[in-house]
Parts: sequence; structure tokens; C-alpha cells
Amino acid sequence: MTDLDTFRTETRAWLAANCPPEMREPVRSEKDATWGGRNPDFQPGQKEWMDAMASRGWTVPDWPKAYGGGGLSPAETKILREELAAIKARNPLNSFGISMLGPALLKYGTEEQKLEHLPKIARGEIRWCQGYSEPNAGSDLASLATSAEDKGDYYLVNGQKVWTSYADKADWIFCLVRTDKTNKQGGISFVLFDMASEGVSTKPILLISGYSPFCETFFDNVKVPKANRIHDENKGWDVAKYLLGHEREMISGMGLASTGRNPLIDGAIATVGLDHDGKLADPLLRASIALFEVRAKAFGMMSERFIDELKAGRAHPAQPSMMKYYGTELNKSRYELMMAAGGSDSLEWESERSSGGGAARAWLRTKANSIEGGTSEIQLNIIAKRILDLPSA
Amino acid sequence: MPLYLNDEQTMLRDTTRDFVAEHAPVSHMRALRDAKDVTGFSRDLWKSFAEMGFTGILIGEDQGGLGLGHVEAGVVLEEIGRNLSPSPFLSTAVAAVEALKGSAQAERWFPGIIAGETVAALAIDEAAKHRGTVAMKAERSGNGFKLSGRKQFVTHGHIADLIIVAARTAGSADDEQGITLFAVDKSAANLTSEAERLADSSLAARLTFDGVEVDADAVIGEVDAGSDPLNRLLRAGRTGASAELLGVGGGAMDLTVNYLKERKQFGATIGSFQALQHRAAHLYSEMEVARAAVLKAAQLLDEGDEKADAAVSVAKAMTALATTLSVQEGVQMHGGIGMTDEYDIGFYMKRARVLAEMFGDANFHADRLALAAGY
Repeated sequence: MTDLDTFRTETRAWLAANCPPEMREPVRSEKDATWGGRNPDFQPGQKEWMDAMASRGWTVPDWPKAYGGGGLSPAETKILREELAAIKARNPLNSFGISMLGPALLKYGTEEQKLEHLPKIARGEIRWCQGYSEPNAGSDLASLATSAEDKGDYYLVNGQKVWTSYADKADWIFCLVRTDKTNKQGGISFVLFDMASEGVSTKPILLISGYSPFCETFFDNVKVPKANRIHDENKGWDVAKYLLGHEREMISGMGLASTGRNPLIDGAIATVGLDHDGKLADPLLRASIALFEVRAKAFGMMSERFIDELKAGRAHPAQPSMMKYYGTELNKSRYELMMAAGGSDSLEWESERSSGGGAARAWLRTKANSIEGGTSEIQLNIIAKRILDLPSA
Repeated sequence: MPLYLNDEQTMLRDTTRDFVAEHAPVSHMRALRDAKDVTGFSRDLWKSFAEMGFTGILIGEDQGGLGLGHVEAGVVLEEIGRNLSPSPFLSTAVAAVEALKGSAQAERWFPGIIAGETVAALAIDEAAKHRGTVAMKAERSGNGFKLSGRKQFVTHGHIADLIIVAARTAGSADDEQGITLFAVDKSAANLTSEAERLADSSLAARLTFDGVEVDADAVIGEVDAGSDPLNRLLRAGRTGASAELLGVGGGAMDLTVNYLKERKQFGATIGSFQALQHRAAHLYSEMEVARAAVLKAAQLLDEGDEKADAAVSVAKAMTALATTLSVQEGVQMHGGIGMTDEYDIGFYMKRARVLAEMFGDANFHADRLALAAGY
């Protein structure tokens, strides 16, 4: 028996003993996601599962142990993921700290900053939000205006952010601020601060789906200690870009990581039924789904290739843009087909039968996929310039 | 196995890329076409493929081949596709070899294939759309069988030394069982072929079997159990055609992207126009996804994984979709020059259409995946 076999056996046994039964049920609504933080809203089983995983460092299995991680090798991490998938375990902790800030801190943070923030992220104690976009700096992110005035040992921050996911529920923010007005990309700094700081206020934005996961966030003379700046002053753009790469990877995998039969197919069968040849009774819907499946399966293979190439250091640095672009466009077409398959049932907005309009709201949510984290058009610009080497205008 | 080429495979790709680009670039195909060549490829080129070892790429080392797999065969086919090189490589060294593997017929035909002297053709389609129907009859006659029926879209069928034929020894046309696969020698009596030139200037034959007698030992594998070697042939052929399509799509994309960097209109390089940049970047994305699908299918095939069959259909459908986009965008972005015979991009469009149809088009394979998934 190799070490990896032993690791697999032990992991399987530990998960069997420690993953609560509620955490092996499919995720049905937003409430089923565990976010942690200072004011957690736990459903039964969520806290136990998060704490159990955090106790082994397995909320962030490949981070170093010193920072609250599991210190696992890539092979061990893969085994852990496989064993979690095998028991259909829910994600123990959803966190922008894990998927976005963490990797940036690991690369750019000082030892002190890492020790201060990473273990709290790993244990789900602090919930983070991202302060990037502003009303006049969306796709043209580098034109952001939120100012950070140098006051000696602290910055005085003034301005407004928008599309701040869960800002009203977050404890801390990682934020891009302008420390030099004369230099566009070279005048931005990356700072962290507590959302409870004096002068911070948030206001939810109601979306077409009827939810408000996003907020407007206002800073009015907020004092941010300079010790909370990551990387050098005016070098925040480097951190932001690095972090965006991780965000794009995360978004590109949304809803497409699952293996096995696409729930879209079962949904379509339930709605329109099969004919005597065992084919979906709506031939045009069947054809649309079948051609979608070709692309979805091929993109699943592309995701596997992308991860393999990343691990081997062979991926083109701009490849996450292609993954984000393709994955999000594909996800949107999946939800269009889901609505087409569901027919009038999927249009119900409030009924119990529809779980409060779950299908329609999820469909509407996907429309943001190709806007958030850099629009599809921005990704295409990046592919054109950095991969295809096409000239600038 | 990671989903990228390992060092040996990368070396093979580099060698093949140089070799094919030097000996069989697009101008080679154009010259054959202009000369109204009736063979469909250059026998000298096929000989040099043999000298490179390519002809025995899938044949075991114990039988004189290289003993490599579908990933490596795909590497060669991608370069063939990129250069639009006419060659019997796919039908002979890939599909026919896979069908013959492990049968008594392998000993008879492999040496000629390895030497670059034997060309094989695949007589499996009976209608304008590939759909798996086998109506051709093979009736027992004396010590062997008598074949009667028609086949079409038989690439190299008019000059092939060996014709692999799917015929029915039991059941009815659409049954999967009851098929027997035969290795038929070109000199068989009552076999007539009509070579037809296709849009891409390649040649495919319509074959008529009017009571063609073959010995019992012409059977590949077992009587009535021909679906086994036939499925091997199809999986290999489909994966190979996908790899060649990938090359055609990639070649067309390279031509187009280079053109975007050179052509000036309105006082600017047209590649600086965002409308074209976005379409080129979308095309790149489709081609990358197709590339992953081709490699995955080939790897699963080499591993003998049960998921290979579905992956092969994904690869064939995805490359057909992506490459069709590539050649269409290619002609469009070249503008008027893309419509001229003088410029190469049109050749890519024609070749892509032929390969997309071969062994089942995107719709056929999407349908196949849907049926396998139970809808």
C-alpha cells in the first residue's frame, strides 16, 4: 500500500465519521451555503462540518499548515476532493477569503499579514468582501477614484464602491484605492480594513432575480492603518490582477464541475416526456440539449486540461480569460435550456412548488456571469491581445 | 495521465510538424489537384511516411511497428490536417490497422502497410449520411462468402489494395449484431469502383459488389461478430478524423490571424478592430476546447477506458463545430481574397466539410450521446 492509498483510506474513514448527514444533501437554495464570519447564520450541521474540516486545515487543504491550511500535496488534495465528491459532501465553507484574497496574500502578504489573516479565513471566522468596482470604473477598473490620502501611519479613505458582493454581511473588505491621481494603473494600492470601521456604510442593490447579493458601499473618512496595505504603495494593480486570475478560474468552473448526467436532461424528460423510441418528445429541444452537451462535455475536458497545465506550469497566463469567457457563456446557455425545458412551471416566481421561483431566479442570476469578474468582452480583448497577439488600435 | 502531450509526444509533434510542412505543404495538394492526379495522393510521400515509421505507428513492435497509441497517431493527423496533405494515413495506418489488430488477417496485411506499399480503404457507408446501417449481404458460398451490395464515400477505394468491408451475415439492416467484417483484396472479381472527385479534390469511390467471392479466411474476427472490429475501426477513425479536423481548423485559424496582422484597411491593421478581435478570440476558445476533447478521446482510447466511446463522439462533434467555425471565419475575415482559388483558405473550408462528414457529422454524434444518456 502506498502512502497515497493510506491517505485515501484514512480520509474516507474520517469523512464518514465527521461529515454530518445534512451536509450530504444537495444544495437547494442560497441558505445551504456556509459562509461563516462574525455573525454566522448556520443551518443544522453547517457549523459542525465547517469546524471539523477547519480543524484539519481542510477548508484550504493545499495551504501551508502554519496559515491554517492542511499542508497537503497536489496528489493528496486531489484525493480529498474525490472523497468529498464521493459522499456528495457540501462545501464546508464558501469564502472570498479562500478563493480570492488568500492566494493574493500568500503571494504578496508579509509574514505578519499572512499569520494575522490566513488562519481566520481558514477557520471561517472572518467573512471577506471585495471592493473593486466603482460606479464609473467597471470594465475600465483601473480608472477607479476612491481616494486614500496619506496621513502618516494611516490612509484616509473616501469614495464609493459598487457590486460589492455581500458587503452587508462581510466583516472585512479587500479594497482597491487610489494613492496617486497622476498615474492610472500605477497609482492604485491594495488595502484591507474592517467593515465595522467608522465611516463605512452599505446599501443592498435589488437585482432582476429579486435577490440582493450585491451592495453599494460608501467610505466617508475611513481610517485605514498603513500596516493593512498589501504589497507596495501604488503596486495594488499587480495584486488585483493576480487575484482576478483566481476569481476567473473560480467563476469559469461554476455549475460545470459536476460529473454524471446533466440535471437539465432529467428536467426536460420530466416536462416533455420520452417518445416510443426513448427520445425526448420535443425533437428541437432534444437537438438543442444534445449540441449543448457536446460543448459542455468538451469544456469539462478543457477544464481538466487547464488544471493539469496550470499545475505543470504550462498554461498561458491569459488562459483563465478563455476559461472564464467560455464557461460563463456556456452556463448561460445551460440555464436558457433549463427554462425552455421547464416551460411554464419554471416561470413561477413565488410558489412553493417552484421553491420560490428557484429556476427562474437561478436563470436570471447566470446573466451576471458574463459581466462580473470582467465581462466577456474584456476577456475577449485579453485573449486577442495577449494570446493571439493582435495589434492595439 | 495529465491532459497534455508528454515530452516524447511533444518531440514527435515537432518532428512531424517539420516533416509534413516540408514534404507535403498545401502547395503539394494544390499541385496534385492541378495535375488532375487520379491516385489522390503521392505514393512517394506515402513511402516517406513509411520511412519515418508513421505507417506502423499503431502496429505493435513485435510485428514491426512503432507500438504507439492514438495520441501519437493524432499528433501525426493534426499535422496532416494543418497542411491539407493528401494521404491514406487515416484509412490505412489508423482505421484499418485497428480493425485488423489481433486477427489472422493482420499478419497478411501489416508488412505491406508498414512498408508503405499497401493502401487500405473502408467500405462502411451505404448512404449519403453515415448512420451505421449495413444492408450489404454476405451469403455463405462454398468455402467462403459471396458479397452483394453497394458502398459509398470510400476514400481511396478506387486504388486500395485492401478493402475492409462491413456486410451482413444475419439480421436486418439496422441491427448491431449479425455484421461480419471482411478483408477484401482489390483483385476480387465482380467488384467495380467508380472514383468520384469530391469538393476538396480528394477522391472517394462508390463500390459495387456484384457477388464478390471471398474465402472464409477473409473474415476479420468472428462471423456475425463483426461489430467488435468495426467499432474498433470506427473509434479509431473518428478519433483520427477529429485530430485531422483539429489540424485543419488550427491551420485555418493561423492563416486568418496572420492575415489580420498584415491586412490594412481604413489606415489601420484590420486585426486592431475590436469587432474582428472578438470573433478571433471566440474562435480561439472554440479551438482550444476542441483540442482538449481530441486529446481526451485519444488518451481514453489508449487506456482502454470504457468512457472512451462517449469521449470519441464528443471529440468528433466538437471538432466539426469548431473547425467549421474556423474555416467560415477564415474566408469571411479574408474578404474577397478568401473566395479566390489562388489563396489557400478556401481549401481549408472544403477539407473541413469532407472530414466533418466522415464517420458521422456533429449531429450524428450529438444524437449518439443523447441516446446513450437516455433521451
